[in-house]
Amino acid sequence: MDLYEYQARDVFEKHGVPVLPGIVASTPDEAKAAAEQLGGGVVVVKAQVKTGGRGKAGGVKLARSPEEAEAAAQAILGMDIKGHTVHKVMVAAGAAIAEEFYFSVLLDRAERRYLAMCSYEGGMEIEELAVERPEALAKVAIDPLEGIDKAKAMEIVAAASFPQELHSKVADVIVRLWHVYKNEDATLVEVNPLVRTEDDEIIALDGKVTLDENAEFRHEDHAALEDKAAADPLEAKAKHMNLNYVKLDGSVGIIGNGAGLVMSTLDVVAYAGEQFGGVKPANFLDIGGGASAEVMANGLDVILHDPQVKSVFVNVFGGITSCVAVADGIVGALQTLGDEASKPLVVRLDGNAVEEGRAILAAANHPLVTIEETMDGAAAKAAELAAAAA
Amino acid sequence: MAIFLTKDSKVIVQGMTGSEGMKHTQRMLASGTQIVGGVNPRKAGTEVEFPGDVTVPVFGSVAEAMAETGADVSVLFVPPAFTKSAVIEAVDAGMPLAVIITEGVPVADTAEFFAYAQSKGTRLIGPNCPGLITPGQSNVGITPATITGPGKIGLVSKSGTLTYQMLFELREIGFSTAVGIGGDPIVGTTHIDCLEAFENDPDTAAIVMIGEIGGDAEERAAAYIKEHVTKPVVGYVAGFEAPEGKTMGHAGAIVSGSAGTAQAKKEALEAAGVKVGKTPSETAQLMRDILG
Repeated sequence: MDLYEYQARDVFEKHGVPVLPGIVASTPDEAKAAAEQLGGGVVVVKAQVKTGGRGKAGGVKLARSPEEAEAAAQAILGMDIKGHTVHKVMVAAGAAIAEEFYFSVLLDRAERRYLAMCSYEGGMEIEELAVERPEALAKVAIDPLEGIDKAKAMEIVAAASFPQELHSKVADVIVRLWHVYKNEDATLVEVNPLVRTEDDEIIALDGKVTLDENAEFRHEDHAALEDKAAADPLEAKAKHMNLNYVKLDGSVGIIGNGAGLVMSTLDVVAYAGEQFGGVKPANFLDIGGGASAEVMANGLDVILHDPQVKSVFVNVFGGITSCVAVADGIVGALQTLGDEASKPLVVRLDGNAVEEGRAILAAANHPLVTIEETMDGAAAKAAELAAAAA
Repeated sequence: MAIFLTKDSKVIVQGMTGSEGMKHTQRMLASGTQIVGGVNPRKAGTEVEFPGDVTVPVFGSVAEAMAETGADVSVLFVPPAFTKSAVIEAVDAGMPLAVIITEGVPVADTAEFFAYAQSKGTRLIGPNCPGLITPGQSNVGITPATITGPGKIGLVSKSGTLTYQMLFELREIGFSTAVGIGGDPIVGTTHIDCLEAFENDPDTAAIVMIGEIGGDAEERAAAYIKEHVTKPVVGYVAGFEAPEGKTMGHAGAIVSGSAGTAQAKKEALEAAGVKVGKTPSETAQLMRDILG
């Protein structure tokens, strides 16, 4: 889960990382009040979106008074930045910046440990810096069993060519940023820019934090950081039913078991869909291993309520999952939905109890259900039906 | 010979007495796996009966189970919150191979227990994986054993159900060993580890490699194949339709910016001389063409 900047700021503050005062606002009025609360002087109004490049898009504005902050918020709220609508701004105290730096710590999947990246040269996109001046970006491997202590942090700032007089001060902030990474179960903590103010303070001016959703069980407070309002309504409904669902743009609803098989199903449908004017999958939905008839029925319920869906492809390879449960789930869901179910279903079952599962579907003989023997054949049929209904 | 797992492997189950552990221990026993014990400190000294008049003793610790039975493989059906300590216990006991089925392990825990296991010489497979099967000999994990048979194909995959699909499609040729390495961002055994083992395994004539979006494991595997693998390899990559920035079921299956795309992985594999199928069935056909 990616955090908004204001959430990252709060998490930084909790772990003693120096940050500027900042208040989140959802309306121009709130932004004005926030500017007043921050003393009525110079503030920066920043769009809260989970994407980069907001500065270039006009999503960051300097305001010299609460009225200017109000006007800035008026301009920024509702703005579209790379497909993300701005629903919130952060009103942050201004700072006199002397220098900008870069720091991040993240998961290094390939090396199966962590990686700290740091540069004395901040103020630009880090991807550009990495390409144009790779020697200016220090990369230091972090042993998961050792983490970043003061000595390691000193090694990082030295590798990043900070001047000697800043080493200890910046290293102290890096150790605290490591505490954020470790204690919050983050997979990314990035500060860009990390700044030195004219008063010689080191401050994290903008932060990006990604939290590991697998670790939510030991962070009760993380659930509150989730932006429920921004979630797609179908995604929210699926999550409520504990289904692993991602909304996409196409017209073939997909249900399968196992992340890999479902991803593959999307691809096979899109591939088959090329024959039918570019039919695409409408969603990713993994009912998981050992799914019950109820889980199957819940999945169908979510997908059949997606107005973009024109046909549905149920693709199950029964490993632990029994094809009987899948077939029962389909038959049960169609019964419950009654006339509400009006979209054709193509079903391909294989593996555990396949004959029994197919027999249940054959016996039910529902007019909307087509049974196909192979995954490729079923994908073609589902694409054809979606194209015909479009 | 197979890789990592043979009929002689002696397997213990950490978490055997839980509901998942019981269910899958029964399935593993039915597929011929030598299950020599379970571990649960609260039930040490007891025995669990399974259908077919099989009795499996429960030990108080992995070390005790190893001392009593000579176990050389442990499979873990332990909830995410307790996985790290269970793995560390297996590593401390000197277990040569630990197979972690559990899904939902925090990646920081995996990073830590992987580093620890590496320093002590324990091979880990998983987490978030179906385990591995050497058909006709032994099955450790949750793979349905009856869908395939022994043969000369080696298979390595991030995905459980795609593994099953491929085991099933190519059941007539059969498999030496199939390893589900898992879909998490950090896994204990990589595609490369399996490719190396298959290359050195006289029972393996050709290799199927299944990948998916996220990270650069497939690109690295492609580079490895080019340099070190002489046996034919066919590949499949899932996730062409995955949107940027969305986790597709597996914690590690995410396209970040332009990194980790299925297209890049496919191109890397093809550049290394690997034939990549557009669908699982097409991939199976590519293998039939090679071994047919």
